[in-house]
Amino acid sequence: MEKPNLKKLTEDLHFECLASKALLDRIPQSAYVSDLLSDVMGKAQADMIWVTSQVHKNIVAVASLKELSAIVIVNERPVEKELLEQAENEEIVVLSSNLPAFETVGKLYNYLDTRR
Amino acid sequence: MQFEYDIQGGDFSSAGKASSDIKKVLKQLNIDPQIVRRIAIALYEAEVNVVAHAYKGVMKVDLDAQKIKIVLEDEGPGIENIERAMQEGFSTASDEVRQMGFGAGMGLPNIKRNTDEMHLSSVLGEGTKLEMMVIF
Repeated sequence: MEKPNLKKLTEDLHFECLASKALLDRIPQSAYVSDLLSDVMGKAQADMIWVTSQVHKNIVAVASLKELSAIVIVNERPVEKELLEQAENEEIVVLSSNLPAFETVGKLYNYLDTRR
Repeated sequence: MQFEYDIQGGDFSSAGKASSDIKKVLKQLNIDPQIVRRIAIALYEAEVNVVAHAYKGVMKVDLDAQKIKIVLEDEGPGIENIERAMQEGFSTASDEVRQMGFGAGMGLPNIKRNTDEMHLSSVLGEGTKLEMMVIF
């Protein structure tokens, strides 16, 4: 089956897009879950979706340097406008999930796995 | 080509600026994307180390057709035991820094893994010097 882009994924998994809507045609390759920035720097691969509960601006820098596909912020954590502006500038898609990390990742795993 | 950046201790909102700048330059020079990614990781970790631990620092980047050399010198507390600092999982970062997801003791090992040469030296109470090189 054809891999879904971020737009389809966002709709199917009921995420909300907070930044860089224009870039939702990206096709993500797998995902990585961590709240440790160095862990993401070291282990995440380009085009992955990054699931995290961190909401400070440095996550945009990490996602940009690693060329990640999108950041998914869990638990509907409030995100500052400044972060979203920076994400738009650096072409980083920011999605919000209303579920905790475990459920978010479970849904994402099944979704990406069945379409491999 | 030479570049120089001032890094302010504690200024997390600017951390990553120098790394992202250099990454753009390397991309424009058509350096192998795999190598660019390795350099970006090392630069970012080094930048964050200065922000998280030192009062201030300078990052100097020297670039030619074969390699990139990066030197970071900071004024700060220095590193008491470099061997220990290099161990994965060891960190002296504050709770505040850890809450941001830094200070997992992975920065220096990440730098080591992603560079061809790395040298760390420090004078306690004065500062730390990190030299690294990646060959294209």
